[in-house]
Amino acid sequence: MHFSFQNLLFLLVAVAGFGLFAWQARKIRANILVGRDRDMSGHVNERLWKTLLVAFGQQKMFKRLTPAFLHLIVYVGFIVINVEVIEIMVDGLFGTHRFLQFLGPLYSALTGTNELLGALVVLAVVAFWWRRNASVVRRFTGPELRAWPKLDANIILYVEVVLMVALFTMNAADLKLHQLEGKDLPGAFPVSSLLTGLFPDNLTALAVLERVGWWAHIVGILLFLNYLPSSKHFHIIMAFPNVFYSRLVPQGQFSNVDSITHEVKAMMDPSYAVPAPATNPDGSALAPTPFGAKDVDDLAWTNLLSAYSCTECGRCTSVCPANLTGKLLSPRKIIMDTRDRVEEKYNSPLIFHPSLYGAEAKHNPQEQLDKENHTLLRGYVTPEELWACTTCNACVEACPVNINPLESIIEMRRFLVLEESAAPNSLNVMFSNIENNGAPWAFSPSDRFNWADDLFVTEKTPVTA
Amino acid sequence: MAEQTAKRPVSVPLMADLAARGESPEILFWVGCAGAFDDRYKRVTRAFVRILEHVGVSYAVLGMEESCTGDPAKRAGNEFLFQMQAMTNIATLNGYGIKKVVTACPHCFNTIKNEYPALGGEFEVIHHSTFLQQLINEGKVTAKGGESFKGRRITFHDSCYLGRANNIYEAPREVLEVLDADLLEMKRCKTNGLCCGAGGAQMWKDAEPGKKEVNIERTEEALATLDGDADVLLNLQGVESTAPVLPAGSNRGGSVIAVACPFCMTMMADGVKNKERESDVQVFDLAELIASAEGLNA
Repeated sequence: MHFSFQNLLFLLVAVAGFGLFAWQARKIRANILVGRDRDMSGHVNERLWKTLLVAFGQQKMFKRLTPAFLHLIVYVGFIVINVEVIEIMVDGLFGTHRFLQFLGPLYSALTGTNELLGALVVLAVVAFWWRRNASVVRRFTGPELRAWPKLDANIILYVEVVLMVALFTMNAADLKLHQLEGKDLPGAFPVSSLLTGLFPDNLTALAVLERVGWWAHIVGILLFLNYLPSSKHFHIIMAFPNVFYSRLVPQGQFSNVDSITHEVKAMMDPSYAVPAPATNPDGSALAPTPFGAKDVDDLAWTNLLSAYSCTECGRCTSVCPANLTGKLLSPRKIIMDTRDRVEEKYNSPLIFHPSLYGAEAKHNPQEQLDKENHTLLRGYVTPEELWACTTCNACVEACPVNINPLESIIEMRRFLVLEESAAPNSLNVMFSNIENNGAPWAFSPSDRFNWADDLFVTEKTPVTA
Repeated sequence: MAEQTAKRPVSVPLMADLAARGESPEILFWVGCAGAFDDRYKRVTRAFVRILEHVGVSYAVLGMEESCTGDPAKRAGNEFLFQMQAMTNIATLNGYGIKKVVTACPHCFNTIKNEYPALGGEFEVIHHSTFLQQLINEGKVTAKGGESFKGRRITFHDSCYLGRANNIYEAPREVLEVLDADLLEMKRCKTNGLCCGAGGAQMWKDAEPGKKEVNIERTEEALATLDGDADVLLNLQGVESTAPVLPAGSNRGGSVIAVACPFCMTMMADGVKNKERESDVQVFDLAELIASAEGLNA
């Protein structure tokens, strides 16, 4: 163990990296908690099982095999290489070198797997880059994929390559250093052993390169960690809680609004006692909450959690019948708008906050002037988008991390209808038909049983001679 | 043994009459607004009643006491109107002590099954596709003695509120299997099924501006599936046909888009009309196909 200035420096860098991330994470937590309360307790086993299948097991990714395979490489690479990060942390803090080598053959298996995955990750990232930038994948286009989301997607890919290059620099330099000194380097290095020829024969240069690779890898990881809260790549963390807290009820089951239930019950039965409204801890009345959602704080906290879990893959939008037929609605845009809006209204945890993003997010300059109307509804999401939804649940089914754009769409429709009476006129006609005739069409209720008139059934009976 | 065919008039039992006699039926058949008012879908209601009469299950309908479940209001965001409808219907159903509800409409099915319990309406709710599947499994329906579908092409269009909303994918397919037809799957089927375009109250409004109507997109997919490749298309046009395709215009020939939802029925039928394929492609509900295979419509 050679405890030195380098270890002190590492301690400072690590504390700063994780500290900064904790500070950002706190802000995001506060953003999520501005959402309406929703009790998600219970069903822990069912939720854990779902998390295991959908988040850890990538179950829903496999609806599309090619990207699922590429994603699996990067995902498994991320998990396995993180074991090495533990080693780097220990080595960095205590001045050890390749601390996990006591694992013996297991260490060789670990480093060998790491190297192979690292090489595969580079190949997968190249394929991802090509898919995103050179081929035409429809879901990587769309008006919501503005400059920043596109740049963000590429930054992630570049960083992943840089991290892998740093890893191989460290390993190959270390390997060559040991070879030249006639020593054995514990571990297996199937990829780096092919690269040693590219490295100089100078012992000092190799030692420096090994350190450069080591520092670049860990500093890169810490920087990347702090980039996550500004990026769609935050899904690598948020996917897990999001799947854990996803809905367990059938997809067709929409929430009932409890406050309306009390009103309707009181209307139908005058003796019905409406429960006293909840109050603040000091007994004062809570600010009234509107029916449905006008802004991000009218959505449930789980909807805001989802906004931070979205990796903007566009699988939702690519299966949306409205979007497929050229309507404005894009479920991905609703989720991206939610995150943009919550960060505009509340905490902006962004360190890497491109100024163009804020300007771009305000779609409608006319409404930008109107501070009152600059809310999620209208400021970001237009009624035209909301009314195009067929509530078919294709987006919900498609999302690999169980985001439910439909919930937000319905909450905003509720606001439009119940608070603003702003439904399209044809729907208002449908509503009054239901009220007056008990059917969405203008038929007389007295004709409801006419279908049974003159009804016959053909029956075959055996004829006995 | 010789058989004779006879038409027996059916008087559909009303729940109010049964209750007055102190009887309770095994199932309540929830007809739904489309089933009661839509001219095309009334034929599905009548076909389903023929099946119920044929197998001799004890059933009743609410008749004029039935009212919209509130589904279109709820999907459009009018929660207040939905709950008014829901609580009125729940009071009616509970008043008669109904335990088991069968309906041919996936929207009624979803609403009563999933959204009524929280408002005090706990029923066993069965979609007619599952109900027909049970009748077939029990041997009560054999799909013999009527129209033959052998060699004809049928593709099933998944209703969102049956499929993704409630995970019912196999029951309608098992029902169709009994027909001995050539069942073809569209590329977007089951969990990946494409909506007909009518859900979420779209049935009652014009679509937002776009490039295409959703039902046209879906109908094109269904037609491409039924047409198959060029050779298959030739078959359908009557050249070297392996299937007994009857002349254009005959309502007994051609391929079938099978549906299990009144709104899908309207959307797909409009799509087929738009594509001018009414002469060789028809849209039928599961109940109609079974009733005609069983010889109940003759």
